[in-house]
Amino acid sequence: MKALRKFLDKQKPHFEDGGKFAKFHSMFDAMETLFFVPDKVTTSGAHIRDAIDMKRTMITVFVALMPALLFGMWNIGYQHFTSYGENPGNWPMFWYGFLKMLPLLIVSYVVGLGLEIIFAQIRHHDVNEGFFVTGLLIPMIVPPDIPLWQLALAVAFAVIFGKEVFGGTGMNVLNPALLARAFLFFAYPASISGDKVWIADKADAFSGATPLGHAMIGHFDQIPSVYKMFMGFIPGSNGETSVLMILIGAFILIITGIGNWRIMVSVFAGGYIMGLLFNWWGANEYMELPAYYHLIMGGFAFGAVFMATDPVTATQTKKGMYYYGFLIGLIAVLIRVFNPAYPEGVMLAILLMNVFAPLIDHMVVQSNIKRRLKRMKLAIK
Amino acid sequence: MSEEKQEREPLFSAKNLKLVKGPLNLNNPITVQVLGICSALAVTAKMKPAIVMAISVMVVLAASNVVISLLRNGIPPRIRIIVQLVVIASMVILVDQVLKAFVYDISKQLSVFVGLIITNCIIMGRLEAFAMGNKPWPAFLDGIGNSLGYGLILIVVAFFRELFGSGTLLGVQIVPPGFYNIGYENNGLMILPPMALITLGVIIWVQRYYKRELIEENK
Repeated sequence: MKALRKFLDKQKPHFEDGGKFAKFHSMFDAMETLFFVPDKVTTSGAHIRDAIDMKRTMITVFVALMPALLFGMWNIGYQHFTSYGENPGNWPMFWYGFLKMLPLLIVSYVVGLGLEIIFAQIRHHDVNEGFFVTGLLIPMIVPPDIPLWQLALAVAFAVIFGKEVFGGTGMNVLNPALLARAFLFFAYPASISGDKVWIADKADAFSGATPLGHAMIGHFDQIPSVYKMFMGFIPGSNGETSVLMILIGAFILIITGIGNWRIMVSVFAGGYIMGLLFNWWGANEYMELPAYYHLIMGGFAFGAVFMATDPVTATQTKKGMYYYGFLIGLIAVLIRVFNPAYPEGVMLAILLMNVFAPLIDHMVVQSNIKRRLKRMKLAIK
Repeated sequence: MSEEKQEREPLFSAKNLKLVKGPLNLNNPITVQVLGICSALAVTAKMKPAIVMAISVMVVLAASNVVISLLRNGIPPRIRIIVQLVVIASMVILVDQVLKAFVYDISKQLSVFVGLIITNCIIMGRLEAFAMGNKPWPAFLDGIGNSLGYGLILIVVAFFRELFGSGTLLGVQIVPPGFYNIGYENNGLMILPPMALITLGVIIWVQRYYKRELIEENK
């Protein structure tokens, strides 16, 4: 490490203003901050000093995603071999899934980081860690057999139109990872919906429908058991199947204070209450599905824990977080049950509420101002 | 005798030519004035309807510009909007009937959007801003220029949307069938209206990159 530090220190002057490679400053900066904690500190005014910075935040989310990712790799293999009725053991399953997942990860990172670096050079800002998590999230919310060029296009779309046109990391209105998925969903529906795509190299005779797929076409008797859905032994997007692994991630996020528990809890509450309402209404079989099924089917848990809590696109006020999360859960279940074209509503619900998040914040702030004005008037009287 | 002098101004003087050229780039009705977006989203999924739409708007705009310019001194200011609308509406009905008579299929595709030319902001805008205060010939050129600017953007957007969304141009297969065999797919999002908006955004982006003077000051 010391040698590396020395090397970087020696190269640094070349990348400062007036140096030979001043143009590529942001690239050097990215490399340096990848290996070492940034040496920039605030110099003026009173600030709260804390060890947390963007790098540490992103790494924590990265770690929180690991259980779901590793399980996802195993599950890809498990689903593949199960569809052929084979059982080669856990390691070959994991290895199979790993090899399926690796190209997706590479494409996602190469395309995304490449574009980020290009934009950073043109716009003279620093490459930052923002894409670190997004690049991992995108391969986790797509099916294992997604064509790589489609994934690359989706990532490019998400980075350029989701993030860079708004001014880069921290300025985006919509969650870039979900935007990539939405792009795939609308542009290439054949690769990301239906019952053919969720198991890698599936045997033809085997039904590969996800629980939501079964529910949508009314095969309620074929929905897997609660245990299976909770543990994640079901077909689905790469990283979203296991509620257990996602809850481990949620636990890491909550105890480190990185992920917001208010949003997570209220998303689950919103989905559950909508499910209960449907139970009470009971107009068709889908509505009679036990409410807690909605929380463990499809991408609900993954969306609640890793997508809705994205600090940039979520609401900022504490009260607003409850509304925001609650509405996400509510709308997600609503779309699932009512709209036959979209078996999964979580993605659309979160994107929709991303757009409304600033409005919710505005309302919360305004209502607070009004309340205090009222109190002041009373006090004056 | 200044009136006399102006009459003798050549038909294609520099000032008049500017009326045609301006809207093509620096004063484009869609990308700079951001007018007529609605129809730009609706009819640009394919090239053919976009071209027909561009021509229809050109006819309507040029004709109503001339008519309003001729009437401009006789229109009472308080009811001028109504008068303008009557003129536009009659022109649109004419165009609609012609389309129905000669290119029935496309008129079906454009459906309600031909009728909606009446509400196209570009037309009202030009009548109000230009034809009400200028002579017929400049008004005619202004109409042609603005509808050319409008049509240009429409056709560029439609070009990309049809090429990537359907793999065709003007209905002719462009993407070779071999591409589909090795896994290429048409982009379904391109056919949906949001992509028209995004394509439009990219055009505005590119234009502003080259024409720095269009970038507004950040306040």
